[in-house]
Amino acid sequence: MTVFKFQTRLNLVELLGRRACTVAELLDGLREVPGMSIYYHTHRFLQQHHYLSPEPPNDFAFWVTGSLGLDALGERLASVDTVRFRSIRALRDKLAGILAEFLDGGRARNTESQEGEEFHFMSARTFVLPTPYEASNLAEFAEVLKKVSINSIYFHVFEARLRLEKAENDFANWFEGIGEDRLAREISRLDPYTMTLEGLRKNLIQMVSRHVED
Amino acid sequence: MSRIRDYIPIVGESTVEELQLLAWRLVGRSVQNINSTAVGGGVAEILLRMLPLLEDLGVEARWDVIKGNEKFFDITKKMHNALHGVEVTFDPGELDYFAEVNRQNAGELDPEADIVFIHDPQPIVLVEAKAGGGKKWVWRCHIDFTNPNRDVWEFLSPFIESYDASVFSAPAFSRPLAIRQVLISPSIDPLSDKNRDLAGEEIDAVCASFGLDRGRPLITQISRFDYLKDPVGVIKAYKLVKEHMDCQLVLAGGGATDDPEGARVLEDVRREARDDPDIFVLFLPPGSDVEINALQRASTIVLQKSLKEGFGLTVSEAMWKGKPVIASAVGGIPLQIAHKYSGVLTHSIEGTAYWIKQLLNEPEYARRLGENGREHIKANFLITRHIKDYLLLFLSLFEQQDIVYL
Repeated sequence: MTVFKFQTRLNLVELLGRRACTVAELLDGLREVPGMSIYYHTHRFLQQHHYLSPEPPNDFAFWVTGSLGLDALGERLASVDTVRFRSIRALRDKLAGILAEFLDGGRARNTESQEGEEFHFMSARTFVLPTPYEASNLAEFAEVLKKVSINSIYFHVFEARLRLEKAENDFANWFEGIGEDRLAREISRLDPYTMTLEGLRKNLIQMVSRHVED
Repeated sequence: MSRIRDYIPIVGESTVEELQLLAWRLVGRSVQNINSTAVGGGVAEILLRMLPLLEDLGVEARWDVIKGNEKFFDITKKMHNALHGVEVTFDPGELDYFAEVNRQNAGELDPEADIVFIHDPQPIVLVEAKAGGGKKWVWRCHIDFTNPNRDVWEFLSPFIESYDASVFSAPAFSRPLAIRQVLISPSIDPLSDKNRDLAGEEIDAVCASFGLDRGRPLITQISRFDYLKDPVGVIKAYKLVKEHMDCQLVLAGGGATDDPEGARVLEDVRREARDDPDIFVLFLPPGSDVEINALQRASTIVLQKSLKEGFGLTVSEAMWKGKPVIASAVGGIPLQIAHKYSGVLTHSIEGTAYWIKQLLNEPEYARRLGENGREHIKANFLITRHIKDYLLLFLSLFEQQDIVYL
């Protein structure tokens, strides 16, 4: 049986020295910044506010609503279903499309953020490192899930799929590899974007433990 | 002195384990911090607490201080003000003299560690001593860089761009630069006197010593007496609230006694507070950390109504204590508070008064803000996160890729 080696990932946030005060500037930036920046702004809340439920979905929606007061546009950006996207490029296109359509409509083109509330484009450099934890069966897997850092769970569930463009998250892949197809399917059906990270940990532990008992 | 494992009960074993995993990868590399003062000020405070923890993690880190005379520090003070957007004119030769003092220091300090970590503008010219051989130089800016004076910016930017990377405390301080810019926010130490848990009796004793009534709501702002902290605005907001609700106000902080402006502000505040026995203006001596801790813990709501703010760590301090915080959306404060999720951001005296009333009337919502706030600080603004960022920064200097497999 293959062993699952838990890794963790830590981010160093970088500033791109670029800001936006209007929707048009946000769109320009969104089209031009590196893919890592799009990833950062669609996942920052999840990482920094992982205790909140429901989390504000992404920085673009949060800024457009909170700083520009454009609630309807904010809602459209917020409702982009991040879990369905398999690449950053596709996610970027979707977000840019919403902003472009809004601008084409000619509404609130000149709405500007107040001084001090500009949108600042950021990015991140990611460090992936092995942890001492590993599992060779479901029972061990469930035990490790209780101890491993939330960054490790984040890495295997979110980062592996969208950022590293793997078809499935690492956990589902491993379960499939050891013949636990039903568990793999259950895990890949989860929408991890709609729960807190600790909530996700709890859900994963419950799912895996149920299969241990079976 | 705290050890890294002392933080496990607060941040969890896995967080400390991650720091150890990172630090292990820095074995054999040395770090030399250089700033301009060994005591007083935020930079010295951070280094004093952080260096022993880095050492405990096995990272070879030292700290040196540049020397300068009164003329040099007068110039650096002017530079500091100019970087905060104040109109300042430099006498001919002043900037040359500033660079010259740096060059003398370069000769004495012999900056030859693998990573030379320069803090703030005072020692910025030392980068001229940068040699090849894979040594890396980082400039760490601790001050508000939102609207720097153009002349000073033009003088400093070629030096900044000679470094391998720069570090800023808030996204708003970022500028178009030819080098990497890293965001590293400051932090609070949960084990320091200002933030450690206090027994109920300790809190009661401090409140009693100031004559505060623990049975009635208490609104507090902790900050030095400075116009930029808008203490008079705080009193005005409180008075708007007081028309409808019973509460007390504490304005507590220190301030340099030789600062003529500070004395004027204190006088203005006392005048504004004169007719209301429920307003407590407390001028605290240096080292009143336990008193500040107790006042924050005794508060119903904590305010930080600054007009301008470098980072505003008093916000993190109050949030760490689970308090609902109402603060201005300036400097680093929006990083600490997500409006209506982990606190409240306001823009005016009236807005501040409105939210004080809301939170006093809705204690359940206020409690939730406080709880979220504490979690946010735990995840993002404790010294362990700060150490993690520094370790990642050091490691990143030797890596090129976006995703680094260690």
